[in-house]
Amino acid sequence: MNDTPRFFDELFQADGGPREPYHGFNNWFCNEDLKRLQKKSREAETFFRRTGITFNVYGQDEADERLIPFDVVPRIISAREWARLTAGIEQRVRAINAFLYDIYHRQEIIRAGRIPVDLIAKNDAFQPEMIGVSPPGGVYTHIVGVDLVRTGPDEFFVLEDNARTPSGVSYMLENRETMLQMFPELFSRIKVRQVNDYPIRLHRSLTACAPPACTGKPVVGVLTPGIHNSAYFEHSFLADHMGVELVEGNDLRVMDGRIAMRTTRGYTPIDVLYRRVDDDYLDPLTFNPDSMLGVPGIMDVYRSGGITIANAPGTGIADDKAIYSYMPDIVEFYTGEKAILKNVPTWRCAEPDALAHVLDNLEELVVKEVHGSGGYGMLVGPAASKREIAAFRAKLESNPGNYIAQPTLALSTVPILTKAGLAPRHVDLRPFVLVSPDKIDITPGGLTRVALKSGSLVVNSSQGGGTKDTWVLEE
Amino acid sequence: MLGKTAGGLFWMFRYLERSENTARLIEAGFRIALTRPDSAASEWASVLDAAGSRQAYNQLYDDNYEAGSVVDFLLREKSNPSSVMTAFDSARNNARLVRTALTREVWEAVNESWMTLRDALKRTVREPDLPGVLGLIRRQSALVRGAMHGSMLRNDVFDFSRIGTFLERADNTARILDVKYYVLLPSMSQIGSSLDNVQWETILRSVAGQRSYRWLNGTDLTPRGIAEFLILDGRMPRSLYFCVSKMQGNMGYLAREYGCDLPGNELVGTLRDQLQGTDIDAIFETGLHEFIVEFLRDNGRLAAQIEQDFRFYG
Repeated sequence: MNDTPRFFDELFQADGGPREPYHGFNNWFCNEDLKRLQKKSREAETFFRRTGITFNVYGQDEADERLIPFDVVPRIISAREWARLTAGIEQRVRAINAFLYDIYHRQEIIRAGRIPVDLIAKNDAFQPEMIGVSPPGGVYTHIVGVDLVRTGPDEFFVLEDNARTPSGVSYMLENRETMLQMFPELFSRIKVRQVNDYPIRLHRSLTACAPPACTGKPVVGVLTPGIHNSAYFEHSFLADHMGVELVEGNDLRVMDGRIAMRTTRGYTPIDVLYRRVDDDYLDPLTFNPDSMLGVPGIMDVYRSGGITIANAPGTGIADDKAIYSYMPDIVEFYTGEKAILKNVPTWRCAEPDALAHVLDNLEELVVKEVHGSGGYGMLVGPAASKREIAAFRAKLESNPGNYIAQPTLALSTVPILTKAGLAPRHVDLRPFVLVSPDKIDITPGGLTRVALKSGSLVVNSSQGGGTKDTWVLEE
Repeated sequence: MLGKTAGGLFWMFRYLERSENTARLIEAGFRIALTRPDSAASEWASVLDAAGSRQAYNQLYDDNYEAGSVVDFLLREKSNPSSVMTAFDSARNNARLVRTALTREVWEAVNESWMTLRDALKRTVREPDLPGVLGLIRRQSALVRGAMHGSMLRNDVFDFSRIGTFLERADNTARILDVKYYVLLPSMSQIGSSLDNVQWETILRSVAGQRSYRWLNGTDLTPRGIAEFLILDGRMPRSLYFCVSKMQGNMGYLAREYGCDLPGNELVGTLRDQLQGTDIDAIFETGLHEFIVEFLRDNGRLAAQIEQDFRFYG
């Protein structure tokens, strides 16, 4: 390492002193015994295991339940930084909802020539079944998890707009719970904004989108693919904390134009379904006919106003990686303002000029599948071997439309606690956004994912990433 | 409550009970094998019968009832749905399914017990370690039961859990009686050999009832007394009468909470009346074996009716 670090560290300045938001934490930390902290950190793991906060990994037989490693050093965001971020997120989420409405109705943005028609028409994430359908309250994306990365003091980029079924919010809540249990003294010293009312806010936000057929107090249900799904813990966690039923497709059926769940006393209608099942599996009559996870006929009920599906089917067209590169235009088109949050410059490999540039610069770029997620199937050029790059080049050349490329960002770091003490690791941030007809509600905090391997830029839990508690400071 | 959740609770507690019962059967078999090595093989065979696992065992071990393999089969065998570990796996899977209906304490007790047992049963348990492991299983089951009694609301969640527990327990006690009925028959007891004494004690041990029996009857160990104790004694928490009364109670609470009388209530009422209206002499008169076979059938029918009444599966 040379003297000037290549990466922006959020805790330490170049001179070794703490940055402003971390003053309180650093004072505390300097008086702590490293051994005690390491012991606490091991206790945290036991706590997570006992509570069963695990995720399932596909393709692994024995260890099918794994923990996401938790690091005890919090990621801290100042009130000023947060205010700027939330303004940007709110603007972006508004634009996404306006975009979705437009795409499934008059398609003004295509008529205006701001995005090419093929981008929508030839996109798998576009659901023709949603054309002309207006979701209750006009809300498409009830829950959004915007992935942000940072490269400098005021340099935040949006990496992805997760507008389908973003996960990770249970970790945001359990991470805080763990920190409160382990280090209560920190929270009496430092004024950190609370996140623990997220399930109540979620419930409020969902009930505000009740469908026309709902007459009384809206009944909410969480739809899960079942206990073998990688995020099952989160599904049951959210149902539990909202005090609503956790249902599977085989608990539901269409009855009198409503979706009803089978209870011990007969069938009861559900008004709002927070589904954690992908579009394709939602309704075998409309989408994938082999799906056992959905409810046959739910789309008909939905179109006739018998149920609210959150998020609405077809929202994937807004967080598609090919659409992503148009987001600055989309924000401007619908809000009339310049986008507050930056987009990462993106080469769309479907375009010959872009592809040529990408092929010439593979060693320096990050290349992703348009529809991929979870860090699978991507190339991180600077970290890849010559052979990996050659193999990826072949894949890219044979199907360029499937890929986009971005420069490798100098992601900021936050230290983690290692055996030897603090060591910087790259992080990203996923705040959680709730959208109801009258409000966009952003929980002050989010999920900070951290690459545990030194130098690694991949933070996904499926690729060995961990998490941190995320603190937003009071004014 | 979702029908699926009610079914999950019912099965979660059936499996917890089953795992504990299997451990107790091993304990009884182990004991007899130590004290009467000559009859060990036939004893292990009847332990497998009582666990309903003999056929599955024979497929793996070819009728060779060697202590080590029987114990391993009953403790850890994955293909045996009644082995301690498999039953506990199933209990935990059901607990995950119904997690929203459980208190955090109950969930953590189940999850922690599962982790503890998984570690303890990772490898074949060596004979010197067996008593310790069996004790551990008993303690973990007690932990879950304690968490449940101390933290759960007394509502339908609790009722379905209890019904599952007592249905499985009644089934287990009846199966032990079914396997051992011949040593309790009057014609056998006339012989009065010391073998019978050991057999009788094993029966009591399999239901953790040897101390309780002694409190009630002193050292007067008779087949009539044992049969009465296991079938009709309302103070004995594993007797058929006790289990059926408890089920009737919990099903009654459900009927009141739901404001409806379901076919299952009538079934359990009849079953209880039958047990209440008879005595041990009448049972021996009609035949102990026939009585037990009929009970097992009725108990199974009750389970199927409950499943239907509360829409466990659709």
